[in-house]
Amino acid sequence: MSRHVFLGIFEDEADIVAAAGESRARGFDIVDAFTPYAVHGLDRAMGLAPSWLPWACAALGAAGLAFATWFQFWTTARSWPINVGGRPWNSLPAFVPVMFELMVLSAGVGVVLTFLIARRLGPWRTPDIVDPRVTHDRFVLVLDAGASDPRVVRRLFADHRAVAFEERDMEGRP
Amino acid sequence: MRAMNEHAVSLRAPLISGGRTIAQVTEDVCAPMEGRPTALWWGAFLASFALLLLGVAAVSYQVATGIGTWGLNRTVGWAFDITNFVFWIGIGHAGTLISAILFLLRQRWRTSVNRAAEAMTIFAVLCAAIFPLIHMGRPWFAYWVFPLPNTRGSLWVNFRSPLLWDVFAISTYFTISAVFWYVGLLPDLATVRDRLKTGLRRRVFAFFSLGWNGSYRTWHHYESVYLLLAALGTPLVISVHSIVSFDFATSLIPGWHTTIFPPYFVAGAIFSGMAMVLTLMIIARTTMRLENYITVRHVDIMAKLVLTTGSLVGLAYATEFFIAAYSNNPYEQFVFINRAFGPFAWAYWTMVACNVITPQLFWFERVRTNLAAVFVLSLFVNVGMWFERFVIIVTSLHRDYLPSSWADYTPTSIEVATLIGSFGLFFTCFLLFCRFLPVIAIGEVKAVVAHDRHAKGGGQ
Repeated sequence: MSRHVFLGIFEDEADIVAAAGESRARGFDIVDAFTPYAVHGLDRAMGLAPSWLPWACAALGAAGLAFATWFQFWTTARSWPINVGGRPWNSLPAFVPVMFELMVLSAGVGVVLTFLIARRLGPWRTPDIVDPRVTHDRFVLVLDAGASDPRVVRRLFADHRAVAFEERDMEGRP
Repeated sequence: MRAMNEHAVSLRAPLISGGRTIAQVTEDVCAPMEGRPTALWWGAFLASFALLLLGVAAVSYQVATGIGTWGLNRTVGWAFDITNFVFWIGIGHAGTLISAILFLLRQRWRTSVNRAAEAMTIFAVLCAAIFPLIHMGRPWFAYWVFPLPNTRGSLWVNFRSPLLWDVFAISTYFTISAVFWYVGLLPDLATVRDRLKTGLRRRVFAFFSLGWNGSYRTWHHYESVYLLLAALGTPLVISVHSIVSFDFATSLIPGWHTTIFPPYFVAGAIFSGMAMVLTLMIIARTTMRLENYITVRHVDIMAKLVLTTGSLVGLAYATEFFIAAYSNNPYEQFVFINRAFGPFAWAYWTMVACNVITPQLFWFERVRTNLAAVFVLSLFVNVGMWFERFVIIVTSLHRDYLPSSWADYTPTSIEVATLIGSFGLFFTCFLLFCRFLPVIAIGEVKAVVAHDRHAKGGGQ
């Protein structure tokens, strides 16, 4: 599905933050922004909800912890119990280091994989590049055209020192 | 909180000097990758590669012949090999300190050095991992350290052993460090990709940049992932060297069986690692023209960290002696007298001179801001911290409870060649990294540059 969009290209982070803030205040639908680095404050200006990834990370960490606890108990006390220095079969304090390490491993690797899947990033992916300079020094704000008047949007962008304005069809994406 | 920090930062001098714009940041960082390597780079690379080959020859020989090629005996069962292992793991810790702990503490100066420090961590852990692998004697059975189903029952590994905790700690540490580094590298790989028009390099960068397109919705989640990895990396790095110290502390050998070991090892690890970061950064700054990014201010801050952790290490040395005396345990007392005045006194005093005495020069600002002085002092710390591990391991073992089993220890040429080879591997990897990847986190530095400009009132 392709979408008809307006693009504003900016040279400074403050301009795109202000332009995004005003677009949102005036009821335009912000499709996305493209920036060379994580611009602070743009998430608030665009009205993005906080990332849900910390919840995924917590769940994955809990899963890793639970697995490590169960696995050490099962191998040492059930599958092949070995008497090491007369310790109880289920010697929980000795299992803590591996429980911790597997929790961190599963939370860390898992959250990165979740992020890559959620944002559809992966090898062999051809990036949809809106402007070749967005990974260098340009900031691009993309608004859904809808039934808006291009002249109004062009004026809005120009008020925030946009260096270029474009109207184009873009492949649909979140 | 953030507003307060930003206010504090804005009162100081900019972190990146030379008034660079964000476009110039891309150009400056990519320049060494796009030009031809300098003669200096080739010289350093060939020298490191020669050392690596020496190490490969030594390791091949000892794997083919057996670890009887080492100078170990029944009394000194751990020596050079484990010293090198602990030394390299310790080096890695400063990388994680800079990338994770300083990120959580919002120390914005870290952006100039974090990429190279993280690369250093990965290569150091790689070097460290080689030593236990060789020590196994039959490295082709190395996978036996993992709890894999087998035809013996299944017979599982012993989860009550600190040596096994080490396996999990080191492999987790290596994986998380590599993931953290790669995640940090992702936007920069895209930046490099978009600078290249065609060719193999572009295809390689396109593959590894995973289709990154600068989308802010992606950045928004990315920031969250980065923060989570930093939050996971912080306790991880502390756990790793604590677990390494458990290898010693849970035994009954005098001089090892102490509760001070985990914090003492962690402080020592960060101390040695910061010194190695300084060594590498001063080389990188000079050879790759990164003076605007790795400024004297960065060197000054890191020298202060070396001084702080070095003083912690000095305090730990003193505490060990005090506790040995105070414990009234004759074995413990003997070990420490033997360390300072026994056959390995030369190693002990080398350690004290390099780790406790020379870093005190960092109290003086003139020393901290003199790059040549910092470079030399950082080399001293590297030497001193290697000797610390040697002293802990060899002096505690060579004269333990039974005088009839006392023995001496001298490394063989094979052991020395393996140590030299590990330095060859480390520097070969690091030089390749400097040549083929952005050594400075382009995206993060751009945020700092933009911030500096707005703080001065240039924007808005």
